[in-house]
Amino acid sequence: MIPELGTLSLIIALLLSAAQSFFGLAGAHRNRLSWMQVVTPAVAGVWVFVALSFGILTYSFITNDFSVGYVAGNSNSALPLVYRIAAVWGAHEGSLLLWILILSTWALLVAGLSSSLPVAFRARVLGVLGLIGLGFMSFTLLTSSPFTRLLPAAADGADLNPILQDPALAIHPPMLYMGYVGTSVAFSFAVAAMLAGRIDAGWARWTRPWTVAAWMCLTCGIALGSWWAYYELGWGGWWFWDAVENASFMPWLASTALIHSLAVTEKRGLFRSWTLLLAIFAFSLSLLGTFLVRSGILVSVHSFASDPARGLYILALLMFFIVGSLTLYAFRAPSLKGGGGFELVSRESFLLLNNALLVAAALLILVGTLWPLAMDAFNLGKISVGPPYFNMVFLVPALPLVMLLGIGMHAGWKRASLQTFRRKLLAIAGVAGVLALATALIGFGSFGVPLTVLGFAAGCFVMGSALIEPVQQWRRGQGLPRAALGMAIAHFGVGMFVIGVTGVASYKIEKDVGLAAGDSATVAGYTFKFLGTQPVSGPNYEAIEGRVAVSRGATPVTELATQKRTYRVQQNPMTHAGIDVAWNRDLFVALGDELGADKWSLRLQYKPLVRYIWLGALVAAIGGLVAILDRRYRVRRTTAVPAAAPGSASTVA
Amino acid sequence: MTRWLALAALSALCSTALAIDSGAAFPDAERQARYDHLTSQLRCLVCQNQSIADSNAGLAADLRREVQEMIAAGKSDTEIKSFLTARYGDFVLYDPPLTARTVLLWAAPALLVLITVGAATRVILRRSRTPFGPDPDEPG
Amino acid sequence: MWRHFAPAAAFLALGGLFAFALMRIGQGRLDVHEIRSPLLGRPAPTFVLPSVTDPSRLVDTKALAGRMYVVNVWGTWCGGCREEHSALMAIAHSTTVPIIGIDWKDDGQQARLYLAQLGNPYQQVAADRDGRVAIDWGVYGAPETFLVSSSGVVLEKQVGPLSEALWAEKFGRYLQGEGGS
Repeated sequence: MIPELGTLSLIIALLLSAAQSFFGLAGAHRNRLSWMQVVTPAVAGVWVFVALSFGILTYSFITNDFSVGYVAGNSNSALPLVYRIAAVWGAHEGSLLLWILILSTWALLVAGLSSSLPVAFRARVLGVLGLIGLGFMSFTLLTSSPFTRLLPAAADGADLNPILQDPALAIHPPMLYMGYVGTSVAFSFAVAAMLAGRIDAGWARWTRPWTVAAWMCLTCGIALGSWWAYYELGWGGWWFWDAVENASFMPWLASTALIHSLAVTEKRGLFRSWTLLLAIFAFSLSLLGTFLVRSGILVSVHSFASDPARGLYILALLMFFIVGSLTLYAFRAPSLKGGGGFELVSRESFLLLNNALLVAAALLILVGTLWPLAMDAFNLGKISVGPPYFNMVFLVPALPLVMLLGIGMHAGWKRASLQTFRRKLLAIAGVAGVLALATALIGFGSFGVPLTVLGFAAGCFVMGSALIEPVQQWRRGQGLPRAALGMAIAHFGVGMFVIGVTGVASYKIEKDVGLAAGDSATVAGYTFKFLGTQPVSGPNYEAIEGRVAVSRGATPVTELATQKRTYRVQQNPMTHAGIDVAWNRDLFVALGDELGADKWSLRLQYKPLVRYIWLGALVAAIGGLVAILDRRYRVRRTTAVPAAAPGSASTVA
Repeated sequence: MTRWLALAALSALCSTALAIDSGAAFPDAERQARYDHLTSQLRCLVCQNQSIADSNAGLAADLRREVQEMIAAGKSDTEIKSFLTARYGDFVLYDPPLTARTVLLWAAPALLVLITVGAATRVILRRSRTPFGPDPDEPG
Repeated sequence: MWRHFAPAAAFLALGGLFAFALMRIGQGRLDVHEIRSPLLGRPAPTFVLPSVTDPSRLVDTKALAGRMYVVNVWGTWCGGCREEHSALMAIAHSTTVPIIGIDWKDDGQQARLYLAQLGNPYQQVAADRDGRVAIDWGVYGAPETFLVSSSGVVLEKQVGPLSEALWAEKFGRYLQGEGGS
């Protein structure tokens, strides 16, 4: 009975979504206030019933209701409670429900926090969001209901895929979806503005905090996924250029471009059609990712079990939203000409170049991801496009992007007076160069691979450059506006990321060894002594645990435990790595197979600076958070919003 | 339906356990580096989208052994790759070979950057000849 | 004016590609997981391996020269092989084309037990203990079935369990005049 209530509440939510989109869009079109007033209660209603539906599915998991097919397929009575909850979004159907819950949460937030917007504009935004919800709820109900009964009920469940039984994975999908789905807000603002025919600086200002919020979640979500893959898959890699990863990275690149282009549109009223296009692109690439992951059209390590019928439905949704909005764009864009100019060297120029490079990066990932599919579909042969391709070609837009970033941060609007910063920038560049050489030669003892020194230098330069203004203002005893501070923090994070990537790509060491208890092996000056194995037992798995004592010279460093687990239900062996974290490196130990005579194979890895990859992403996301808290976004219901402080106007981006 | 079942059966062979060799494949660093590089650039055909270095499928282990033996026998990287593509096709290479069908794929990065940066430059040049004009109204 | 429709057109084209791919997947004409063997139309690899049924004897493809034959790669560990076994038995009965088995990365004792229990459809079964011959044949997932022409060329390949219907559909046309099916 309970699961049927889940279906019922999803149906009610669907009907309310229909009301939300109809009264929002038609009400604004006909300018009927009474219609538009229905929208907010509808949004709240949708949220309540989606949350109820989601709660019911969670309840079915918690109570081990194996008469529900989805629960039986993805859970087990021995599964710990926290993973029974995480299992709700462990496969296609439930994760789609999570998608919908997050969409309705964004809509609820927009409804709650946008009372300062013009009534008709707000109704349109919520109307478009309702339409997206309608599409995805109908998709769930028609092709992918998580509440379908299994008759007869299973005695026990098939268990959650062991690789998903991990704390980071409990939060990774919700975070990632917050980002993915969050791009729908900027999209809805764009469509609403186009419908109203009013695309101005105000629109850009309203859109910005929502875009940054979604971007923040996307950044954290991707970083979490990368971190999870690093330790949970046990391979020690942090990015595999898998189709699923690419699917999340493309909207991130587009959102990053959008944030920067919104800055120009808000400040100067320029690039309006371009900003509109980016808002549509960011959401389109999110939808495209959803399609690629769920249609079974690409070969990937962690895509959902999928079938073409679902693929066709999402494709139809995708085309409706993307082609629909782009057609609307084609009609509006011609009227968006004009606006002021700027000099060759100006913040506008730098931001436009930033956009060009970010969009090129997103498109080249799209091309690389889809090329094998296109060849296969047209019977032109099967190829693989993997890390060797992406690692190389991604540098083409990424290198100039990072180089320009360090300088562009200090360019003023209209006419850049880099003169004021020239001395400081040159000094920082000099220091960065020396630091990079020192890190490479003294820290790691070699020049590494080509681009190592350049990578370190670029990272240091960006970090140093990001610090100029905060330090300057702090010396003067003045605060920096939150938006400028957020920008500095975010760019500092980018610098950290670059240093992390450079370090691990240049100096990582991987060594497979066969050791008996008492034997040791040396990697990067660390001695790994294998202490032997013992059987251990988890709640739903058996494991062999190997212990390794690590020392450096005579100083003990740590003792690591690594497991080879066999989950009872799925009988899938899984490696659980032992990792020691320090500020400058990770030591990574993974247990392999028994080689006989009490000897085991082990993989020992030295991962210098790898933490800065995720730390950098986290810092960038914090920068986003700080920027959202800028006062100009917080002022509501006041007719005259105070202008940004004069000193800050030229620095806010 | 059988297709999906077959697929499920196939993927059941792939586990998420890590593939670990029993020790270094070569005593010298140079050949070991070649071995590490090659195995990480070859795609395992069973557990799709894992390299043969990472996959612990039986086939991946066999392919690692083949690579090791061919390096030991003094074969070049190109010879090793053509040995594998003759049996498994270009699919086995993560680094797609440059052919008439992949020319655009390989040209894409440079082309895309040229197009987008070129377009941006055009806009910048045009705007640099335009008067600044008034800023949009302050928030209100 | 028209240039503003370019983004819409680009996405429409992308959608067209996806629709086309999904359509072909639906028709069974595109399988993103299947790898087309480069051996098709090429000379079949030769091998000499010990026989499973009688380890003192050798299975040599040279002995098959001038004949059409089928190569079936299997293993006792492979669920799909068990699934196709009865179909394989039926095919062996209905055709004169010999089926050569390659027992892939398997234990000889278990293989003999398996064939004793389920029946032996093979004219000869070769034991490929270390998987080298399978690599020569480009095998990536058992069961796999190849058809080799009398001139020694690989004509057709099936990855995944075989059924009689699938056999007739995929291999039937090559078997005219071979006293087959």
